[in-house]
Amino acid sequence: MQLSRRRTDVRAVEQRPRHGWKKTTWIWIFLLPTVVLYGLYTIYPIIASYWYSLVEWNGFDSDQKFVGLSNYKEVFADPLFWNSFKVTLLFMLLVVPARVLLTLLLAMVLNSPKLPLIGVLRSAFFIPVVTTTAIIGVVMRFVLDPSTGPINSVLMKFGFSGVDFLGGQHLALPTAAVLYIWKFFGVTMIYWLAALQTIPYELYEAARIDGAGTWQLFRYITLPMLKPFLIIITVLTVEETFHNFDLMYTLTAGGPYFHTEIVEIYIYRWAFAAPIPQLGHASAAAVIFGLLVAIVGAIQLWGVYAGRRLRGEQR
Amino acid sequence: MSAVVERTDRHRRILHRLPWWLAAIFLVGIAILWIFPFLWMLSASLKDNMEMFSGGLKLWPSKFVWDNYARAWNDAHFGRYLINTIVVTVITVVIVTIRCATAGYVLARYKFRGSKLFLGVLVATLFVPTGYTIIPVVKISMQLHLIDSLSGMILALSGGAYVSAILIYFGYFRQIPRELEEAALVDGAGFVRTFFSVMLPLAMPVTATVAVLTFITTWNAFFLPLVFTFSRPDLRTVSVGMQAFVGETATDWSGMAAAGVISIVPVVVLFIFMQRYFVEGISGAVKS
Repeated sequence: MQLSRRRTDVRAVEQRPRHGWKKTTWIWIFLLPTVVLYGLYTIYPIIASYWYSLVEWNGFDSDQKFVGLSNYKEVFADPLFWNSFKVTLLFMLLVVPARVLLTLLLAMVLNSPKLPLIGVLRSAFFIPVVTTTAIIGVVMRFVLDPSTGPINSVLMKFGFSGVDFLGGQHLALPTAAVLYIWKFFGVTMIYWLAALQTIPYELYEAARIDGAGTWQLFRYITLPMLKPFLIIITVLTVEETFHNFDLMYTLTAGGPYFHTEIVEIYIYRWAFAAPIPQLGHASAAAVIFGLLVAIVGAIQLWGVYAGRRLRGEQR
Repeated sequence: MSAVVERTDRHRRILHRLPWWLAAIFLVGIAILWIFPFLWMLSASLKDNMEMFSGGLKLWPSKFVWDNYARAWNDAHFGRYLINTIVVTVITVVIVTIRCATAGYVLARYKFRGSKLFLGVLVATLFVPTGYTIIPVVKISMQLHLIDSLSGMILALSGGAYVSAILIYFGYFRQIPRELEEAALVDGAGFVRTFFSVMLPLAMPVTATVAVLTFITTWNAFFLPLVFTFSRPDLRTVSVGMQAFVGETATDWSGMAAAGVISIVPVVVLFIFMQRYFVEGISGAVKS
C-alpha cells in the first residue's frame, strides 16, 4: 500500500513539468556548480580530445596544426601502442577472475552471522582499499627490491636465490597483478556482501528444515540468487582495472622495457614524459582508450539490463 | 537430572560453535598477513637505515629512531605536503558534496527541460578514466592560469565526474514523500529554504557517505596532483611527494617509511571512525 502511494507521488512530481520562472531559475542555480565544474573538467575534455587527436601539437604552449587522421595512423602503426593495449587487457585477465571469485568465497564466510570477530575481520580485509595507491607502489618497490628489499633478504636467508620481482620481464606484470588484487580485494568483497545481504535469511532456514545440507544451500539458493549480481560485479571490477595508473606508475613506471606499460602510462609518456611532448599523438591514443572503456561500459548497461530480467524471471 | 541435561546442552552448544571459532582464528591469521605490509612499514619507520636492510621482515625495532619522522617532516618537506593535501582534500570535499547534493536534489524532485538528457550524460560518463581527460584538463587550466596552483588542482579534482555521488543523492531524494515538501510549502518555505532546512538535514547519512568517499578519493589522488605540480614542488600532495622522495634521496629508506606513515594515517583513522558510511557508499554501486 505504502509502496504504491509512494510511486504515485513520484509520478505527480514528474507530471508537473511547468514551474514558474522563479522555480526554473532556482533549478538551474542548483545545477550550476555541477554544470560549470563537470562541464569544464569532464565533458569538455571528452569532446576536446577528439579535436586534439586531429592536430599536430608539440607542447602545451605551442600552436596546433590540423593534420587529419595522421595521428591515428601513427598510433596504429606504433607497436608500443599495441603493446600497451595488450598489457592493459592481459592485466585485466590476470586480475578480474581472482578479484571476483576469491572475494565471493571470503564474502560468504564473512557474511555468516555465526562467525565471531566479524567486524574486525571485515575491517582488516578492507584497510588496503583506503590507503594511498601511489604510496603503496613506492613502498612495495623497496620491499620487493632484489638487492636491498626485506622479502629477498628473507628468501636468501633460507637459501633461496633472490628474485627480481619487478625487474624480470615475465614476472613484473604478475607481481603488479598480485599487489593490485591485494589492494582492491576489499572493494569487490563489499560488492559481494551487499549482494549476499539481499538473500533473505529465512530462505536458508526453511531449506535447512527441509533437510538441505551446506552444499545444497549453496548450490540451490546462494548461487542462483547471486547470478544477476555476478554480471554487475564483474563489469564494475573490469572498469576499475582500467584506472590503474597510480600503482603501475609508482611500481614500475611501465618497465622493464615496456612490459608493464598500460595505456594510461603510454598516454602519459607521450604527453608529459617525452622531451618533445606529442600531444596530438597522445590524444589519439586517449580517444582509442576512451572507446575501449565506453564499449565495456555499454556491455555493462546491457549486462545490468539482462541481470534485471534474470531477477524478474525468478520472482 | 535437569542440571545434567542443561550441562550437555551447553556442551553441545559450545561444540557447535567450535568450528566457527576455529574458522575465526584461521581468518585472523590471514588478516594479520593481509595488513602485514602496513605493520612492516610502521616498524620500518622506527628503525635506522642499517637495520632496515639487515632486519628483514622483523617487526620490533631494536632501537626506536624517532628522528626518521623529523627528517621526513622537515628535510623531505612532508609537513608541507601534508598541509597541501589537507587543504586540497577538505575544500574539494566541501565543493563536491554541495554540488552533488544540489544537483541530485533537483534532478530527483523536478522535471524540467533537459533533465532526462542531463541524467543520461551523467550515466554515460560514469567510468571516464583520468588518463583520457588529462590533456584537455591541463590545457584548459593553463588557459585559465590555474595550472601550478592549489586552487587549480582543487577545481580540477572537484570537476571529476563524481557521478556515483550524484546518483546516491538522486536515489535518496527520489523516495522522500511529496507531503514533506508540501508541508514545508504551507509553512511558507521557498525553494531554497525547503532544500536547506528540510531536505538536506534529512539526507545527513547520504552526505556523510559522499563526504567520506570523496575525502578518500581526493586524499589518494595521484595523476592530477602529479601533473599539476611539475614545476611547483612546494605544492605537492603526499602521494606525489612520496614518488619524488624516492627519486631525490634514494638512500633514506626509513625516512621514506616514516613519510608513508605520515601520509596514510589520516585516511586510516578516518576510515576506522566512518567505516559504516564508507561501506554503504561502495555497496551502493551494486544495489543501484
